[in-house]
Amino acid sequence: MRRSAAPLLLFLLPAALLALPHVLPRFHTYVAAIVLLTGLLATSLNLAIGYTGLYQFGHAVFYGVGAYGTALMLTRSGMPAPVAFLVGPLAAAALSLVMGVICIRLSKLYFGMLQISLGSLVWAVVYRWYSFTGGDDGIHGIPVPDAISSPKGSYYFTLAVTALCVFAMYRIVRSPFGKVIQGIRDNPVRAAAIGVDVKSHQLTALVIAGFFGGVAGSLFVVVENSVFPDMMFWTFSLEVLIMCLLGGMYTFFGPIVGASAIVLLRVFASIHTRYWGLILGTILTLVIIFLPDGVLGVFIRRARPKEPADA
Amino acid sequence: MGFAANLFSTGTLSQILVGLSRTTILFIVSSGMSLILGVLRIPNVAHGSLYMIGAFAAWSVIGFLGGGLFAFLAAMIVAPMIVAAVGFVLERGFFSYLYEREHLMLLLLTFAFMLILGDLVKIVWGPEYRSVTVPDFFRGSAEIFGLPLPWYNLFLLLVGPCIAVFLWLVINRTNLGKIARAAAVDGEMVGAVGIDTGWVFAFTFVLGSFLAGLGGALIAPMVNISIGMDHSLIMETFLIVIIGGLGNMWGALLGSLIFGLTQSLGILVWPQFGIAFPYLAVVAVLVVRPRGLLSSTW
Repeated sequence: MRRSAAPLLLFLLPAALLALPHVLPRFHTYVAAIVLLTGLLATSLNLAIGYTGLYQFGHAVFYGVGAYGTALMLTRSGMPAPVAFLVGPLAAAALSLVMGVICIRLSKLYFGMLQISLGSLVWAVVYRWYSFTGGDDGIHGIPVPDAISSPKGSYYFTLAVTALCVFAMYRIVRSPFGKVIQGIRDNPVRAAAIGVDVKSHQLTALVIAGFFGGVAGSLFVVVENSVFPDMMFWTFSLEVLIMCLLGGMYTFFGPIVGASAIVLLRVFASIHTRYWGLILGTILTLVIIFLPDGVLGVFIRRARPKEPADA
Repeated sequence: MGFAANLFSTGTLSQILVGLSRTTILFIVSSGMSLILGVLRIPNVAHGSLYMIGAFAAWSVIGFLGGGLFAFLAAMIVAPMIVAAVGFVLERGFFSYLYEREHLMLLLLTFAFMLILGDLVKIVWGPEYRSVTVPDFFRGSAEIFGLPLPWYNLFLLLVGPCIAVFLWLVINRTNLGKIARAAAVDGEMVGAVGIDTGWVFAFTFVLGSFLAGLGGALIAPMVNISIGMDHSLIMETFLIVIIGGLGNMWGALLGSLIFGLTQSLGILVWPQFGIAFPYLAVVAVLVVRPRGLLSSTW
């Protein structure tokens, strides 16, 4: 699939994405922007869970901190907007480093649960700190620079930043560093034996994942003009994990596919039914039982039956 | 500081006792989860949903029997049994085929069940709040060291140890319990000596579900029974079994005590951010003892 369809896809996809706001009505442009930034979020999570093999169960916290960082800078400081867009992701990366240092000694499920616990702590503080974060109401009507405040403007900004970040992550995964973290994922003991500093590589991967998760959060502020604590609640973390799983965890573009599928399905389902959980739960159950490699993972395995799916 | 003055005021003791009665619920629910984690190795996110179903089922049973002490006590038995039946279906229908899967997949599968069960509860009981009144028998308060403690909280304080003793007897004094403990250490070996582990696993899951339902039924008179009451509880339960040591029943007790007490004292010390204290306690425990306080079966 990758070899035959790639050139065509490489031309068609950007063209379609660029033309989108001129073809689709306003609401659909907004949905497309949400799809893009959620795809970025899922890809950043996949860096930690799919490529490094760390049970990143609290990823939504970095998304939320990125969003709140940007939102608070825009509403409360007189700093120029570009600074705000840097502060959010950097705050997420810093939090990721701190949480990583605490969690990294633990393995697998313990790592994931401690991360959820720390994430819940951050959530609890944001949820209760009315005077600073707006508490459970969140922050609404965040002023965004004029150039990117219109639906089209915010869409193109989201598209540009997402493309840039996904490209950066693609390069990271393909770099020597990317190979090392995949080696650690597959066999940490052997990686350590050949002289790789396992912990510092894992920590670096976590910080990178946290940073790009924070970027996705900042984009959310641009698109939605509001933030609320639910975006860092643990159930959303698991929902992003589902996106990765649905698309395929050991593929690079799988999480984007999964994120698109879930966001679109959610928008579509919310028009027709109140029982979104029932739908998502049923899909997830079927995927886990029948397609544990995810949708894209199955395609890639079919196309290249002998190689392990790592593209 | 005002904090310290708060801590030593007369309210502290009753706050601790109320916290302890809440600990009872946490212990009952998390002991069920610990059992399932220890023997079946399923990080069951849907455990909270089972607890929620227990609360709703208790409301229905009490409504069906028309209230009163008898209806209440009947609900405390029937509601958990309904939940146990749900657990039986889940185990036989799904988990029994999936034990070999990695923990991440099992966790996500149980998350899927949490989403499905949450909506099913919404369909069966509707999205409104439900509430159960405490039967007259438990009305009023007892005087403990001159401080009032509601009879129902006192009742919970008695139920907790009874459950602990009951579980200890089941696990240590019955054949089934012994086999389950052996399966927790090495399930393959238990199968190799000719014991059908399938039914031991089913029994364990059903017992764990029963405990989740019992926790839900017992908390019914104390809270608004609502959709979403599973979301915060499941997180608390997970953290309790983690700090106690995965699969260790006494760890679940110890973890519940730590969680329940830091929660009630935290709210006393700093009302706004009281809910953050138990999480801080969890972090502190795991930084010092990364695999939990007591020995884990994992």
